[in-house]
Amino acid sequence: MGPEVDTPGTSAAPAPPARPRTGARTGAALRSLLHTREASIIGALIASVLAASLLVEGFASGRNAGFLVLDVAAIALIALPMTLVIITGEIDLSVASTLGLTSAVMGQLWVLGVPLETIVPLCVLLGAVLGAVNGLLVTVAGLPSLAVTIGTMALYRGLAYVVLGDRAVADFPFSWTGGATARLPGTDLPWVALLIAVLAAVFALVLHATPVGRSLYAIGSNAEATRFSGVSVRWTKLWLFVASGTVAGGAGVFWTLQYGSARADNAFGLELSVVAAVLLGGVSIFGGRGALPGVLAGVLLLGTIRNALRLADVSSDVLSIVTGLLLVVSVVLPTTLARVRARRPRPAPPS
Amino acid sequence: MRPSRPAPSDSPAQAKESEPIMRERIRFGVTAAALAGVMLAASACGGTTRGDDGGSGAGSGGSTAEADPDAEIPEGLAISFLPKQLNNPYFTVADAGGKEAVEELGGEFKEVGPSEATASSQVSYINTLSQQGSDVIVLAANDPNAVCGALNQARQAGSVVVTFDSDTAPDCRDLFVNQATAKDIARTQVEMIAEQIGGEGEIAFLSATPNATNQNAWLELMEKELAKEEYSGIEVVDTVYGNDDDQKSFNEMQGLLQTHPDLAGVVSPTTVGLAAAARYLSSSDYKGEVALTGLGTPNQMREYVENGTVEEFALWDPANLGYLAAYSGASMSAGRITGEQGQTFEAGRLGEYTVRADGEIVLGPPTVFNKGNIDDYDF
Amino acid sequence: MSGTDDTGAPAAPAPAPAPAPAGTAPRTRTRPPNGAGPPPERVEEHGGGDVRTGRRIRQVRELGILLALVLLVAVTALASPGFLSGQSVRDLLLGATLLTILAVGQSMVLITRNVDLSVGSVMGLSAFAVGLLFVSFPGLPTPVVMLAGVLVGTACGVVNGVLVAAARVPALVVTLGTLYMFRGIDFWWASGRQVNAADMPEGFLGLARISLLGIPLPAAIAAAVVLAAGWYLRNYRSGRELYAVGSEPAAARLVGIPVDRRVFAPFVVNGSLAGLAGVLYAARFGTLDATVGTGLELEVVAAAVVGGVAIFGGSGTVYGAALGALLLSAIDAALPMLRVDSFWQQAVVGLLILISIGLDRLLALRTARRLRGGGSRGA
Repeated sequence: MGPEVDTPGTSAAPAPPARPRTGARTGAALRSLLHTREASIIGALIASVLAASLLVEGFASGRNAGFLVLDVAAIALIALPMTLVIITGEIDLSVASTLGLTSAVMGQLWVLGVPLETIVPLCVLLGAVLGAVNGLLVTVAGLPSLAVTIGTMALYRGLAYVVLGDRAVADFPFSWTGGATARLPGTDLPWVALLIAVLAAVFALVLHATPVGRSLYAIGSNAEATRFSGVSVRWTKLWLFVASGTVAGGAGVFWTLQYGSARADNAFGLELSVVAAVLLGGVSIFGGRGALPGVLAGVLLLGTIRNALRLADVSSDVLSIVTGLLLVVSVVLPTTLARVRARRPRPAPPS
Repeated sequence: MRPSRPAPSDSPAQAKESEPIMRERIRFGVTAAALAGVMLAASACGGTTRGDDGGSGAGSGGSTAEADPDAEIPEGLAISFLPKQLNNPYFTVADAGGKEAVEELGGEFKEVGPSEATASSQVSYINTLSQQGSDVIVLAANDPNAVCGALNQARQAGSVVVTFDSDTAPDCRDLFVNQATAKDIARTQVEMIAEQIGGEGEIAFLSATPNATNQNAWLELMEKELAKEEYSGIEVVDTVYGNDDDQKSFNEMQGLLQTHPDLAGVVSPTTVGLAAAARYLSSSDYKGEVALTGLGTPNQMREYVENGTVEEFALWDPANLGYLAAYSGASMSAGRITGEQGQTFEAGRLGEYTVRADGEIVLGPPTVFNKGNIDDYDF
Repeated sequence: MSGTDDTGAPAAPAPAPAPAPAGTAPRTRTRPPNGAGPPPERVEEHGGGDVRTGRRIRQVRELGILLALVLLVAVTALASPGFLSGQSVRDLLLGATLLTILAVGQSMVLITRNVDLSVGSVMGLSAFAVGLLFVSFPGLPTPVVMLAGVLVGTACGVVNGVLVAAARVPALVVTLGTLYMFRGIDFWWASGRQVNAADMPEGFLGLARISLLGIPLPAAIAAAVVLAAGWYLRNYRSGRELYAVGSEPAAARLVGIPVDRRVFAPFVVNGSLAGLAGVLYAARFGTLDATVGTGLELEVVAAAVVGGVAIFGGSGTVYGAALGALLLSAIDAALPMLRVDSFWQQAVVGLLILISIGLDRLLALRTARRLRGGGSRGA
């Protein structure tokens, strides 16, 4: 179930399936598994884009690509820090509520006559503070992040309603709302694609190319050992929650401008879509495994499938069955394969 | 940490950290700050406050071409219905009315929509319809403004946008087919209750939430209507709010009858409230003594009309609403109307309609349901 | 619902909040509780006599919720005397019924260190199945239909259980996936249809109105579910083993507990209870579409967590979870009475969850300290 927070020894038992139980060989097996997971998600993305381009009328156009990116923009943004959080074995379910509260505060401040140039940084800062509250409850108070963020999910969404009620603030200037969905000059891609790309590069750099980033995997696999090895587990996790809140706050600003409407119920339920995309991208819910390219592929894969099925006039009911099925299969398949492989006496097949 | 189990290791709390490595910490902090910086930089410029350039702008408005009342409606118009959400019986009926009209016109009907009634998911569907080149998009909006950007893009790409049931801001659609004016809704309800209580006595309102805009508008108009000479025998003694929650409405109805023993009638202009109130009334001693009316759906109210708890109630016919919306969109797409005030067009079996100010078309006074006609409706 | 047995709980011989995690029992030894313990010392079951500290902690924890509940009711009753009227109490119990039943099932899953996020979708599916059976086979006897509704839930539970226990996939991921899948199946099956009260037999709808000694029948059923689950968890070997599995899965496997079966069973039970909740929903509300129970899962987990069920398994009781459900429902009912803006409700619930887990953490630390202070620590 939830992420392991302390004593990693216990996690070897029945629940976390993908982690083989025995010593040396498993390191290599795990790495090969990771590679195949990454590769298979990226492969699935390429395959589905090709299939959709060939089979679905209207899919392969720049205009549609723009729509697709705008559709998944908020999910993609929030999935970046979420990946890092989940790799350390924690989870942040409050992101969608953080987005909602940021949006509500943004609306209220606008009504009060604060200039947008002040509102935007304030809202991003608010996101950081909300993330820090999560982080402090998890690191200083030592509470399980799953429970903490279910609590703050209700709390932040509730505060959003307290701030804005069931009103909607929608008279933002067009220069801003139109700007939010503006395309990069000469292309059909919205500029937010660039923002996502830059942020993704930054997060990928931090995760995959710095000692801090590599220590995240260590924390996720074995927090206690990592602590003894001199990495400050607490500070690292605190900063990750702050990053998660900050990005969710920024996504709240973007969402509000994208739809031109500040509401307390904005992005309701988005946390499950984000988690689903991250897990689909090959990140282990128990921490210690996963990579950013896979997550981006996961986000885009979900977006592509939904976009293509909509264009093919497939009903939204089927969309949610497909989403669920994809998530389950993406986890059941590799773990079952891994078990079958592990049962065999022979060494794992080369990958 | 597990919250309620003795920790098996030495330290119950998080073990004291080993020497924090400052360098790492700082580097991490700098990274996070840089991230925030990127986000700030991405969105900062001048000094924009409310009132600087008001409204959400954009939207080219209706086409400027002349209307040609005799234009042919071409075969094969793609007319797509996008309700607030799929699987909502009200919209299922409305869209079926739309389908009837589209088939009469020889067009291609399509119904698409999200499973959850949110504006953001509607935007995805508007984009999809626009990408598919739909000629007419008939929409019931989940948020008057959040769908505007997408709608205007669709209009620029050549689609005609008609809203029904729930309007958007007027500058992002071409026509709005209104089910009934607030005035008509208020007047019909006042007429019904006055008739049922014989023109005099105490009445009360059971509304939805205290800040629901349309509810408050109707209540105000009903009070105004009741102030007329002909209703001088009727006195409004209370207004209670059931929050559109079945249980709360049920309790509020019960409370009303207990606090006002002389109550002659209750008006509930919300479907949830009316059904809950009828359920309470039908199992209480007040059944037949106290009149109950308001806005409700035939399927929810059938039982209570048949057992005599409720004499009659009102609502518009959603099938006609969808039918009219499809005809309006087709007429505009063919150029018979351009959305200017005063233009008229023919809407199949419903007859002739006139475009009012702001591109609004009104279906007509609400339909009254009673024992005689309720079985003709299924929604 | 469980209001009856819960109010009795702490005063009377305490239907013993389930023992401290069985896994810790043999390892820890405390000094005897100096006779301060609760009177009924019929405690010497297997597992040894020193689960008492843990149990007392649980009792303190559950007493805390009870106290909060009593306080809330008292304050609300003072502010608005109508809150304690028979009808209002009956409605409160009726309102808490579904949440209680779901919280009991969820607790059993949580105790084994798993979670089931699909309960809202399962309940919706079962409720719609009940409605559709009545529509499609009007002749079917009510008990058969009710059983079928429960079995729909059981089947969903089996799917979850197989994926988690046999395929060894993390429960959070599996049930997040089945949350979408079951809901999608529900939508697809309903395809816009709605089942109304008029489609269901009076005898079935009447179930919700039957009272046993002033307690509505659904609430009595919920109370029976709570008692049965509590009895099972405390007095059956397999029930105790659920705690062992949740505390230390590896150790549980080593001592020969069939871990996979102990993980599987709670999912099936939870599915069946979600099915039962769906049946009761159908009987109570009478209007069914494919959206029934949307988003309920997190409220259910919240009720269990507020009731002291640890989210990482191995600890908590169904009595606590039932109290948690009752408290959340009471907050829902009390805020409007206290004239607190209903917008505050969700924020209050969030705060309550945070306070609860904080409290659990404190109690766990104290227990740990006391256990250590008691001297000999086991291996």
